[in-house]
Amino acid sequence: MTHVLDPSALTGGGSLTGALPDPFADVTRSNDAFRAFLHGLPGVDQVGAQARVTQLGTRSIKSTAKAWAIDTAISMVDLTTLEGSDTPGKVRSLAAKARRPDPEDPSCPAVAAVCVYGDLAGVAKEALAGTGINVAAVATAFPSGRASREVKLADVRDAVADGADEIDMVIDRGAFLTGRYLDVFEEIVAVKEACGPAHLKVILETGELVTLDAVRRASWLAMLAGGDFIKTSTGKVSPAATLPVCLVMLEAVRDFRAATGRQVGVKPAGGIRTTKDAVKHLVLVNETAGADWLTPDWFRFGASSLLNDLLLQRQKLRTGHYSGPDHVSVD
Amino acid sequence: MTMFEYAPAPESRSIVDIRPSYGLFVDGEFTDGTGTPLKTVNPATEEVLSEVAVGTDADVDRAVRAARRAFVKTWGPMRPADRGKYLFRIARLLQERAREFAVLETLDNGKPIRESRDVDVPLAAAHFFYHAGWADKLEHAGLGPAPRPLGVAGQVIPWNFPLLMLAWKVAPALATGNTVVLKPAETTPLTALLFAEVCQQADLPPGVVNIVTGAGETGRAVISHPDVDKVAFTGSTEVGRSIARAVAGTEKRLTLELGGKAANIVFDDAPVDQAVEGIVRGIFFNQGHVCCAGSRLLVQESVHDDVVAALQRRIGTLRVGDPMDKNTDLGAINSHAQLERIRELAAYGETEGATCWQPEGDLPDRGFWFKPTVFTDVSPAHRIARDEVFGPVLSVMTFRTPDEAVAKANNTTYGLSAGIWSEKGSRILQVTDQLRAGVVWANTFNEFDPTSPFGGYKQSGYGREGGRQGLAAYLRSDS
Repeated sequence: MTHVLDPSALTGGGSLTGALPDPFADVTRSNDAFRAFLHGLPGVDQVGAQARVTQLGTRSIKSTAKAWAIDTAISMVDLTTLEGSDTPGKVRSLAAKARRPDPEDPSCPAVAAVCVYGDLAGVAKEALAGTGINVAAVATAFPSGRASREVKLADVRDAVADGADEIDMVIDRGAFLTGRYLDVFEEIVAVKEACGPAHLKVILETGELVTLDAVRRASWLAMLAGGDFIKTSTGKVSPAATLPVCLVMLEAVRDFRAATGRQVGVKPAGGIRTTKDAVKHLVLVNETAGADWLTPDWFRFGASSLLNDLLLQRQKLRTGHYSGPDHVSVD
Repeated sequence: MTMFEYAPAPESRSIVDIRPSYGLFVDGEFTDGTGTPLKTVNPATEEVLSEVAVGTDADVDRAVRAARRAFVKTWGPMRPADRGKYLFRIARLLQERAREFAVLETLDNGKPIRESRDVDVPLAAAHFFYHAGWADKLEHAGLGPAPRPLGVAGQVIPWNFPLLMLAWKVAPALATGNTVVLKPAETTPLTALLFAEVCQQADLPPGVVNIVTGAGETGRAVISHPDVDKVAFTGSTEVGRSIARAVAGTEKRLTLELGGKAANIVFDDAPVDQAVEGIVRGIFFNQGHVCCAGSRLLVQESVHDDVVAALQRRIGTLRVGDPMDKNTDLGAINSHAQLERIRELAAYGETEGATCWQPEGDLPDRGFWFKPTVFTDVSPAHRIARDEVFGPVLSVMTFRTPDEAVAKANNTTYGLSAGIWSEKGSRILQVTDQLRAGVVWANTFNEFDPTSPFGGYKQSGYGREGGRQGLAAYLRSDS
């Protein structure tokens, strides 16, 4: 079993791009070796995983804990627009909302990032200048990933050149599902290199991987390849983020850090629309990976409509009554 | 960095109206008992909740007469479909009053409100629904062409699942046309008395269900009453043995559901994270006050260190404390006497050379508490590997091959349940076949359903409860 939980590994050095972290230095020597490694990871029992998230879903988060959770969730949002109809005007209005999510309340935290298609990264960068809010751009022929490697890498370089601080790439699910793990791995390594200083989020598109075993394998693959974050979904495939998938990914980043000393972030994206959903995710983080992941540096929500629900709940906690949709801004 | 501290989320107790004192429920009415009343306390706070009547031989006699009358005059002759209607009505009332039952159960027993709300009460209602459906279909149960009820059932139940064990006993007895005299445990009588109110609310004919509270003497009177046709007991092996002796040589039919020392077997190809959840659920569910608790963890030696490390990390996240808080995972030990027994056996574990581990954290000042505890380096000869602790204490042992796992799992005087964790289906089937246990869970643990028969091998007792097999214990099929 490759499930290594040596606590002393926590103090080990972090890894650098291109060099695999220590206990796993030779697992990518061939596709067969890599396959053996990934298939040697402990299996995931679907029923048990579902039962665990159902149980954690009954946690009752009230008063001060709820206020903390809502503000933390707001600060973790990657405010996203990924439509064919996106325009510079739309991106600017989203950027304004990212800075001041609640125009009536300056104590409301800003979001973590604004997430757009690569061609609009420059517009977002300009609109967010000086705010500390990151620009995230999807790249690598998002959302399908069906293009040549040259095109994908050019897509990444373009977005980075336009000012993207974070790149959200998609893995080649076709290659993954046919067992060409090394191809998927090498592509992520190449994208990471093309990112330069930009942070890399690796989208697994778990709705297309389907099984939780595959989610665990893809998570380890992406972490070994140097991904800074592993992300559930593009938002274009249903189901997008689900709690069992998020549970398995949180277990993966927890075990990976225990084994290598390197911490990787998690980003569920798509389908998280309510404060209740967001709080359930934070409980899951808290009781699976632990408190170290409860910051925007290590956990994000890829969402658009979620933010308004968080704001409405935040107003409710402060004023004691629910307001309506006209008390928050339309995106 | 700020921590995610969950604010207290206490369930309100205002939904229950606990009376200062309770009588016995005999012949459809609450009446005084002639024994010296006993006090029932909240084990989480040691607060006295109420005073409960104690039934003497004379009271038990009154209850058995009422049950006999109801059996002869109303319940026995009733159309089976009508009996089913009453059971459906009771099931619905349990659902309607679910919160009330859950809160009362947690107050009286000490178990977390999350468990009484999500497990005990819904399962109790499910048992009534399930058996209600059987009431008019008994001739199709494969128990003979025209199975007949036995008569009056004397039932004695334990304190670990007060309402659920009541449902396991009462629902099949009534569905098969018997009437009941039930004695709840002395430390947890309150939900049974609330159930008596439900019987009144359902217009159940007087005498069909009689509830006589009290301690050991009252229980003895119930099982040894000459006009009782059937005795059903769930509890300790020691008391079960004395009941078997008392019933021997009489016409009474007997089922016993006694102790256990279940093996939870984790193979090296197990789904580790779910196995860890299952180990936690196996031994810390209901503070380990579960006869089928997975109290012996058998781990394949090659993954022992990983599994124990993952288990300890997971136990570190268990929330121990106020059972009424909706976020509590581990509640109070049910009584001071039980706490003493757990302490005694845990002390044996250390003196016999096992390694004791407990998570950090404080326990409340008042009430009865015991930290979740894991013993490693346990040998099959140690007392903590053989005796039922009936508390949150896990004994970890190792094995090398499937044969060794089976041998060690079966090396117990009990045989109630077992668990297997493996991703390999063929291994699950092969090992299950060789385990001498009434229930074997694969990649899960402590999962219950009214359709599934439950019961033991060896000193875990005899007879089955639930499912088609459970009906047989309340029917005469020799006609």
